[in-house]
Amino acid sequence: MPVVQLKDIHKIYDSGEVKVHAVRGVSVELHRGEFMAVMGASGSGKSTLMNTLGCLDRPTSGVYLLDGIDISKLDRNELADLRNEKLGFVFQGFNLLARTTALENVELPMLYGRHRGSRRDMRERAERALATVGLADRAGHFPSQLSGGQQQRVAIARALVNQPQVLLADEPTGNLDSKTSVEVMGVFQKLNDEGITIVMVTHELDIARFCKRNLIMRDGRVVSDVQVGNRSIASIEMQKLLAAEADAKLIGQN
Amino acid sequence: MRFGSTIIVALRALRRNKLRSILTALGIIIGVGAVIAMVSIGNGAKSQVEAQVASLGQNVVTVFSGSFTGGGMRGGWGSAPSLTVDDANAIAANVPNILGVSPEVRDRNQILANGLNWNTQVIGESPDYPQIRSWKIATGSVFTEQDVRSVAKVAVIGKTVADQLFPEQEAVGQTIRIRNIPFKVVGQLEPKGFNLFGQDQDDIVIVPYTSHMKRLSRRTNINSIMIQAASPEVIDRVQQEITDLLTQRRNGKEPDFTVRNQVELAQTATATTRTMTIFLGITAGISLIVGGIGIMNIMMVSVTERTREIGIRLAVGAHGRDVLLQFLIEAIVLSSMGGVLGIVVGVASSEAVKYFLGWPVLVSSFWAFASFAVSAAVGMFFGFYPARQAAQLDPIDALRYE
Repeated sequence: MPVVQLKDIHKIYDSGEVKVHAVRGVSVELHRGEFMAVMGASGSGKSTLMNTLGCLDRPTSGVYLLDGIDISKLDRNELADLRNEKLGFVFQGFNLLARTTALENVELPMLYGRHRGSRRDMRERAERALATVGLADRAGHFPSQLSGGQQQRVAIARALVNQPQVLLADEPTGNLDSKTSVEVMGVFQKLNDEGITIVMVTHELDIARFCKRNLIMRDGRVVSDVQVGNRSIASIEMQKLLAAEADAKLIGQN
Repeated sequence: MRFGSTIIVALRALRRNKLRSILTALGIIIGVGAVIAMVSIGNGAKSQVEAQVASLGQNVVTVFSGSFTGGGMRGGWGSAPSLTVDDANAIAANVPNILGVSPEVRDRNQILANGLNWNTQVIGESPDYPQIRSWKIATGSVFTEQDVRSVAKVAVIGKTVADQLFPEQEAVGQTIRIRNIPFKVVGQLEPKGFNLFGQDQDDIVIVPYTSHMKRLSRRTNINSIMIQAASPEVIDRVQQEITDLLTQRRNGKEPDFTVRNQVELAQTATATTRTMTIFLGITAGISLIVGGIGIMNIMMVSVTERTREIGIRLAVGAHGRDVLLQFLIEAIVLSSMGGVLGIVVGVASSEAVKYFLGWPVLVSSFWAFASFAVSAAVGMFFGFYPARQAAQLDPIDALRYE
């Protein structure tokens, strides 16, 4: 059974005078272990689609089954519980709580869980999630003491901590330089190899090439849905970048 | 269900902004501190006045003679020669629930003793008088019923008179001369200080009323009668029975006397300080409300400033109710923290007023508790609106908020 089933999704924003038809009949299925990039120009409906996937918004019409659950029948609080248990969010701007340690940031979704364990239990789970993204030694740091890549990895750890069905990332590399972007994509690839389903929005082609599947949208419709043939692998790309950097330094010294 | 988590979340949020938290609570700290300090000072003043009223005696009912009218001129209360020792004896014999009766005669005289002289008030009383006035004898004793019957030349003197006539000497046992008649000093009263009207109560000589009437003032009538009721509960009934008895003794003539009790006097005296306490309390209460508005203001700013934070919380699964509770708890924690610190500030400043200005203060635990409860309620009341605003945010809009 697919984790995500979208059937003929429409979304119309009605701001009184103007009606904006942001998504016009999208049907997509996503299976466990997939790693999909959603691409498109601004206004193509990709953000609306992500909000729908993230259960932050309900479609105007169409059916969305998340892990077999029809979300159109859920109220605001039930959607919140669903987001808490089945989804993980990674944002472009990291969206970590300021002046709050990495560990406490990662603990956040557990605080709102229906089955929250003891404080020690939460702490251990948060530490494990930080270890997964390679930041076990930064648990006590504040976001302001971390680099952009590290902050995004804390955000990924936060998204992972409740063991979600799907990880949703909205331009996760948008605020990062190319080397850090590759580093973060490496984390995503590693998580995907461990079996986590990931959907990310990006407008950078070379970032999309790290994913397994690319979905391109235009004017609220899917115009292309292809498997990536020659996929980039983060560890190899990183070596290329380092080599290029070394070359640049050699030239600089001459 | 998630109440515990929400408390953790709220406390973490407050800890993140220590300075702002303290500044926000400052309004409440000052408000509660002011309430406690003001009420303490007001209560202190009130208890001082009450102590002065109590110094007039316990449960005292006083009968004054009526006003004298002659040749179209009307004197005030006490000017008519209408009260007699018989009236006092009738009261003692017929009115129940009384502990003591003292007919009183007053005039001023020049006293001579020890080569010195001093002008003072000389009053004639019964031996019940010191007890009626709750006035203890420092040395010696009060004169007796026997002294009253035998029109004895004995006197009890106040501290001021003793100091003026017998400096550095024991007064008891000495002789003083009033109108050239020698009186033996048998007792000296403990100092009582100034009364409500600023008169020195210790500037006095007390002799048996018979001695005063027959040897000094040569009068047949008395100025007033002091009666001590058995308890505060019976004081009104005693007053009424005295009025009835004296009216009956006048055989239907116009009443030429007036009966007052001490409670009336106490009420008049404490009314001013009570008014002062109320006004101080109101002023301080207003500052408490201003403190509450301060909390609301900061919470509103806080909600706007933390819109993205709220968005993140909603995105990762917080219900609107969790966010509402978080901001409400933040407000209540701030205001109750302010309340506790305010109590400390209030008690400390009351003590400072007592220490530096010497004013009497009376810290009331009732008011400390009440102002703490009010400050917590203020936090809840003024925190609710911002908290509801936060809870109703849409997660998508909140996440996009710049």
